[in-house]
Amino acid sequence: MLARLGLEPGEEDFYVEQLSGILAHIDRLREVDTTAISPTAQVVPLAHRTRSDEPRPGLTQEQALANAPEARDGFFVVRAIQEGEP
Amino acid sequence: MTSTELLGRHLAAIERQEPRIRAFLRVTEDLARTQAAEADRRIAAGENGSPLLGLPVAIKDVLCVEGVETTAGSQILRGYRPPSDATAIGRLREAGAVFIGMTNCDEFAMGSSTENSSYFPTHNPHDVTRVPGGSSGGSAAAVAAGEAVYALGTDTGGSIRQPAALCGVVGMKPTYGRVSRYGLIAFASSLDQIGPFTRSVRDAAIVLQAISGLDRRDATSADRPVDMLSEVELGVEGMRLGVPREYFQVEGMEPGVKAAVERAILTLERSGAELVEVSLPHTDYGLAAYYIVAPAECSSNLARFDGVKYGARDEDAETLLDTYLRTRRNNFGTEVRRRIMLGTYALSAGYYDAYYKKAQQIRTLIARDFEKAFEYCDAIVSATSPTVAFPIGAKVDNPLAMYLNDVLTLGGNLAGVPGISVPCGTSDGLPVGLQVLAPQWADATALRVARAYEVARDG
Repeated sequence: MLARLGLEPGEEDFYVEQLSGILAHIDRLREVDTTAISPTAQVVPLAHRTRSDEPRPGLTQEQALANAPEARDGFFVVRAIQEGEP
Repeated sequence: MTSTELLGRHLAAIERQEPRIRAFLRVTEDLARTQAAEADRRIAAGENGSPLLGLPVAIKDVLCVEGVETTAGSQILRGYRPPSDATAIGRLREAGAVFIGMTNCDEFAMGSSTENSSYFPTHNPHDVTRVPGGSSGGSAAAVAAGEAVYALGTDTGGSIRQPAALCGVVGMKPTYGRVSRYGLIAFASSLDQIGPFTRSVRDAAIVLQAISGLDRRDATSADRPVDMLSEVELGVEGMRLGVPREYFQVEGMEPGVKAAVERAILTLERSGAELVEVSLPHTDYGLAAYYIVAPAECSSNLARFDGVKYGARDEDAETLLDTYLRTRRNNFGTEVRRRIMLGTYALSAGYYDAYYKKAQQIRTLIARDFEKAFEYCDAIVSATSPTVAFPIGAKVDNPLAMYLNDVLTLGGNLAGVPGISVPCGTSDGLPVGLQVLAPQWADATALRVARAYEVARDG
């Protein structure tokens, strides 16, 4: 549900079986002692890079909406957020 | 020959070859003809510019080209026309490149055979019953089949090097941070890099020179000098090449591949290199760490595809939540869903330390393995892929078997080091690739070793 994939009941068994096999392989990570090993999120040493806070040209509203499945009056159009809304 | 004539030859090759290869999702003939005519004007006006001026390039469908449909091989992005170029694409456009078409790939670059494309599979030009490798299989096949002079691909766990090996062309993944990722439809942001497919190592250096360098739109792009060409012809005399024993013992290594690569390494020794045995002791854990890190990042990156801002949307939905669920259910393929689930699971509360943090710690150990190995050698040589091209359909039902294709390449992504694959003969009549890995930022060293092999091979 968290991933918003809309799984059907029949599909769940299919994925459970495959993912169990993959996770069984991944479980070998437990063999490695990683006490006191720091985690790596980003492998190339980089400092935070800043820039001056000045406006730069970006997408126009028209460009930003050009790929939307539905847009109106400069906004993205979506279905009702609550069930039962018109 | 004019650019227009060169384009004509490649369009003719596309017309002749595509019914059996299917490397392209879209051939952008009109755009290419306009760019070729412009290149011819620039050449006629005496411009002595980029060596890429007027040359047709095929582009993997994950790199945004302004105004040209770019879908990442996925139904969820069908109809998407980017409002601007990826930085690498913009640099080629300025150099006067001719964009001949968008190439097929595994959906969101997730796969090793191009069979996960949500459009159709691509066929290996050396044997059309076999896969071209992946995920950049269309780019590799297009270059191998003479449908483009060169191509761009992306490599997250081997997606340039492995298809290059399987199609018998040169493919290079540069150091993480060399090439801006701006405009690359993200799969796993800490691993993704853009790189070239070419028919020679020198051409790879030329393309990499053109696309590399600092870009303020990608905060991980490096502010470092870019010099891919000055070392490329220097040869390997006096260089030390590391042979990692673990890379010759991986599961599924085909004897014919091993033999071809060992011959290639001996060729480098005869060219003056000194061989040293090195160890990458955490090799056995690379695949497991990769299949946590990459899916975790993809589950986050792919959350943006919600049927609201771009691409496909399920029109039968009645609520916004229903829009998300139906759009993602109907437009993501099996492998993409599998990885989103795996990544979401690995990042969820209660499993984060056991999986994601653990995998990041293993990543540290793998990066240290490479650092230590490079204390004893200038570059590491191995096979690119443990196998030659396999039959279409052979591994689609067994994701773990498919993942094992990347076991020799994904370490380079986890450690951020550059790697190149150069053709080194055949096994059972199918191409084999020699992989050269170099320390971070020593892209020029990888190119130099690969070029020295190419010279000795063709000598």
